[in-house]
Amino acid sequence: MFNRDSWQEIFETISKNKLRTFLSGFTVALGIFIFVILFGFGNGLKNSFQEFFMDDATNIFRLFPGRTTVPHNGFKSGRDIEFDNDDLAAIQKNFAFQLQYITPRINRNYTIKYKNKSNNYGLRAVAPGHQHAEKTIMMKGRFINSQDVLNKTKYAVIGRLVEKDLFKGEDALGQFIDIGKRSFKVVGVFQDDGGDNEERFVYIPYTTNQLIEKNTDKLGQLIVAFKPIIGYQGAMQFEAELMAFMKKRHDISTKDEGAIYLRNVAEDLEQNQQFGSLLQMVVTFVGIGTLIAGIIGISNIMVYVVKERTKELGIRKAIGATPRSVIAMILQESIFITTAAGYIGLFGGIFLLNSIGDSLDNYFIKNPYINMGTALFATIILIIFGGIAGYVPARRAARIKPIVALRDE
Amino acid sequence: MIEIKDLHKSYKIGKNLLHVLKGININIKEGELVAIMGSSGSGKSTLLNILGMLDVADKGSYMLDNVPIKDLDETKAAKYRNKFLGFIFQSFNLINYKTAIENVALPLYYQKVGRAERTEKAMQYLAKVGLEDWSSHLPSELSGGQKQRIAIARALAAQPKVLLADEPTGALDSTTSYEVMQLIQDINDEGKTILVVTHEDDIAQMCKRIVLLKDGVIIDDKKVNQIRASDHV
Repeated sequence: MFNRDSWQEIFETISKNKLRTFLSGFTVALGIFIFVILFGFGNGLKNSFQEFFMDDATNIFRLFPGRTTVPHNGFKSGRDIEFDNDDLAAIQKNFAFQLQYITPRINRNYTIKYKNKSNNYGLRAVAPGHQHAEKTIMMKGRFINSQDVLNKTKYAVIGRLVEKDLFKGEDALGQFIDIGKRSFKVVGVFQDDGGDNEERFVYIPYTTNQLIEKNTDKLGQLIVAFKPIIGYQGAMQFEAELMAFMKKRHDISTKDEGAIYLRNVAEDLEQNQQFGSLLQMVVTFVGIGTLIAGIIGISNIMVYVVKERTKELGIRKAIGATPRSVIAMILQESIFITTAAGYIGLFGGIFLLNSIGDSLDNYFIKNPYINMGTALFATIILIIFGGIAGYVPARRAARIKPIVALRDE
Repeated sequence: MIEIKDLHKSYKIGKNLLHVLKGININIKEGELVAIMGSSGSGKSTLLNILGMLDVADKGSYMLDNVPIKDLDETKAAKYRNKFLGFIFQSFNLINYKTAIENVALPLYYQKVGRAERTEKAMQYLAKVGLEDWSSHLPSELSGGQKQRIAIARALAAQPKVLLADEPTGALDSTTSYEVMQLIQDINDEGKTILVVTHEDDIAQMCKRIVLLKDGVIIDDKKVNQIRASDHV
């Protein structure tokens, strides 16, 4: 079946029946091309989704102090809870195994001024770990570091848009800004994928903020990051243990739901991932649909091609072609065409996806791609079905008595 | 060369059984040129199809070159056809996307003859039918007579024992018919056994023997004085 002579015979047939070759090849190439494009767009949609919803780190809990709702241990209900430096140290000490980092976040609002420009911005007093929690990207300079926290430095890290608003194209790095009535040196400028609002914040060391506020040791909210290696189950257990630990430290009833709020990003993540996999299912469904359409297309073409060749096959049989050689010829031809055309469609599609890149960002299609395995698999499926689609009519044609085939005009 | 004994063939048409061949006995020796005549429905095409292994008899025996032709499956029939028989059809049956020389070379492809040898032999047979200058033409660029000569060259290329011609001149005008018959006579003169199915008397008279069929039996089988086609051209 695979000798040089039979290939030559097939190439002759292919090159002398250009329309037929084009029709069957085009169907396959188009099928694969559309499959690659749609699948790629689906993946692009998934990328956009991930960017929107997974801007922040996913291995964190946020602890918010609240007000007690249940009397406990001699305390009345309605007592305000506050976290302080001791809580921070205790969590670091007791959960060393699960903990990746912990950072407080004290939210304030200040009028921030540079020369004669001023505006109102959110201030976040934090520890170095906050950079990971928010996935803050440094454009220049550096983030708050542990030395800043230790020395209570008057250093500030400002958002890209804060620099744009206040400095008007001037380099903010090394300049001094007024936060409230105090002067801070800008040591870094950051950007954030979370959108414009995220870039209108100013970060300072939380210890500096405590010093400003009459040397208090209160902390606002706590952001606790666990080691990703402990997994979803480990995170859930950590959450429960952490909650129990904090309730005990602050004399809160285990039944009190209001004293401390805990928001677990891992739970959001679970939901987001479910939505993500729904999107994946839609993408897969579209892909399978396209593939089936392609298979039907190639089947129709093959039936037509074999029908058109009935007489030729009858002639070939009359002059000595065995049924086997007839089937082999048609199969070889159809597999060759579908393979060649399939790869044209495949690489055409991949080329287009690559050249699209980020240009469809506005339509929520970010960086569309298809992984090579999926694309190759689809191509091979189409080749196999092209072969089957050719085999069935070929076998029938090979069975027809030559005399019947010859009468077919 | 061909020995047929008590050949029967019937077709089922709806519920009725149509008995087409009702006991045919015929012996054809090597080098004969036999015309099989008869009106339509006489069974002459059925006989030719059975001789050509395009169809199978219900009963009777068929020996071709001392080989019993029986228990044919499609593969075996294809091999025998390729080895023993050359076909010439009324409608030429050339493959329309292949050039003259490629059509002639095709039986050799199925005999697994190498490419260079195939082309060389095909060219020889094209020369034999006088069309070596037309080797690279497609059938659509040839006249009816030329097409039939290409078909004859193709039938000869496989070097068969017997040529079977089914109304070879049926689609041709009389001048062209005689040219084709002249070619067939020339090939017969070289010793090839040839069977011609025809309903035209002048064509039959150009053979050496006429077998007349009627209603599935041979009613006449006579030797004739061959009229040379060259006399008409």
